[in-house]
Amino acid sequence: MEAKFPGYRLLPYLLIFPSVAVIVVFLVVPFAQAVQQSFYRTSPFGATTRFVGWDNYVQIFSTPEYLRSLLTTVGFAGLVIAGGLSASLGIAILVTRRIRGLGFYQVAFVWTYALSPAVAGIIWALLFDPAVGLGTYVIQLISGYRINMMVQGTAALLIAATAAAWNMLGYNICFFIAGLQNVPKEFEEAARVDGAGAWRTFWRVTFPMISPTTAFLLFVNMVYAFFQVFGLIDVMTQGGPGGATEILVYKLYRDAFIRLRGNFASAQSVVLFLMVAAAALFQLRVATRKAVYSR
Amino acid sequence: MRFRVRRRVLYQVGIHATLLLILMAVAFPVYFAVVMGTLSHQDAYAFPPKLVPGGELWRNVSEVWQRVNLGRLMLNSTVVAIAVTVGKIVLSILAAFAFTHFRFRGRILLFPLSMITQMLPLPVRIVPAYGLMASFGWLNTYYALIVPYLASTTGLLLFRQFFLTVPDELPDAARVDGAGPLRYLVSVLLPLSKTNIAALFVIEFVYMWNEYLWPLIVTTVPDMRVAQIGLKMLITTERTAAEWNIIMAGAVLIMLPPLVVLIAMRRQFAHGIAMQSTK
Repeated sequence: MEAKFPGYRLLPYLLIFPSVAVIVVFLVVPFAQAVQQSFYRTSPFGATTRFVGWDNYVQIFSTPEYLRSLLTTVGFAGLVIAGGLSASLGIAILVTRRIRGLGFYQVAFVWTYALSPAVAGIIWALLFDPAVGLGTYVIQLISGYRINMMVQGTAALLIAATAAAWNMLGYNICFFIAGLQNVPKEFEEAARVDGAGAWRTFWRVTFPMISPTTAFLLFVNMVYAFFQVFGLIDVMTQGGPGGATEILVYKLYRDAFIRLRGNFASAQSVVLFLMVAAAALFQLRVATRKAVYSR
Repeated sequence: MRFRVRRRVLYQVGIHATLLLILMAVAFPVYFAVVMGTLSHQDAYAFPPKLVPGGELWRNVSEVWQRVNLGRLMLNSTVVAIAVTVGKIVLSILAAFAFTHFRFRGRILLFPLSMITQMLPLPVRIVPAYGLMASFGWLNTYYALIVPYLASTTGLLLFRQFFLTVPDELPDAARVDGAGPLRYLVSVLLPLSKTNIAALFVIEFVYMWNEYLWPLIVTTVPDMRVAQIGLKMLITTERTAAEWNIIMAGAVLIMLPPLVVLIAMRRQFAHGIAMQSTK
């Protein structure tokens, strides 16, 4: 790239300074401190701090609660991502079937994006309230079984995951519609002319073309299901019943700010970082591969 | 021929019907919540639940307004969301301008900066970040709710991408006319960026209004809480069974501002999505 304003040496640095400063002070430095603190242990009243090496990490992977929380998170995120993405892809495909009213549907579906996870959580907590929830009532009507998310762990996890996937529908549908609209119609038509059915055309032609969108949404939904969903869990179940919905970020919050075990919590932060970093790099790889194809 | 036309119509009607059905199912939980917000205490406990609105909305709203001081919480959320949104727009425009209009060594920072913000969400740095706020004396202040959010990769990449599409003739002409880079930024580039600014405004306003975990830990006094935490306060303030009519009246109020912003600025939002998905 050519400099559009040559001769200014200091100005560009001044322009990026505020952003860089915020990122360094509030993101990079605290993360570095978290890494450092994860190798120390502070006595309960903060009197002494000593180096303990990998102890906090050993503790993470030897406590059954943490492993259970990890499993819960994977299950929860799996449900939210698989359920949410397939539902929104299905809806986006219907919306882009060359029908009228595409603009209407875009708006009609996007609004769940404006609801916070906490609001989504409270709405679904009402829907499945053991005493007055309509969902409770309907399920009882159909199956004769009275569902109670206050005592049944599996029910609580399923309802929380449904609420989370529902919350993300608007965002996912919006991106899938944009992605599907970018697929050149000629490709699909060519496949049709060659005799491929709608099903084959979609999986062999359309789906690979939107893989950058899918990878991006996979990452966003993973971050959502791992972290953003905190508010939803906090108003809905607070990790309960009996730890059935205690996902990693909730456990981290409790260890850090309720049980006041900062060093142990920092080690959990580092483990979470490794997961996010892996996901981010995966997304980046898929996204850049597209750039090569499209040349 | 006529047969094909009829099939086409049938196909259209079928798809519309399916979509409308799905839409109703997706919207239903919100409808149920709104109805609950309009019911009296007695009707709220009916089982099977009521599906027709009652006439108590106003009473429930005034009740919730007093119980958790919701007016104050909404004001805090508004101040914080607007400050963060405006701050992010300004900072990301400045940075994107630097990355697209100058040749300087700092340009290698673009990629690391955008990766870093993606890889360091709040939970991976939460304990020291909280400690930092405490050492600044920022707990229970707007500073803690605003300043740490001010850097935006979304904004940086959005504006960078847009600035790259602006033809070279514009800065060249500005230079010939004797305008410096800042003058060019303010009087040429900014007016051109209106749609992108609006797009980022929607995205960031909705995002910030809905933030939960950070406001939960850096504020403890009721006067500095934000609207989202009001939901938690509503659940925990009542002593006996959930008073769902009151809680839902509050939930409806709390979800309204981002909903209104998103629907009012849907075009700009769709533009923002389109920009992001063609990265």
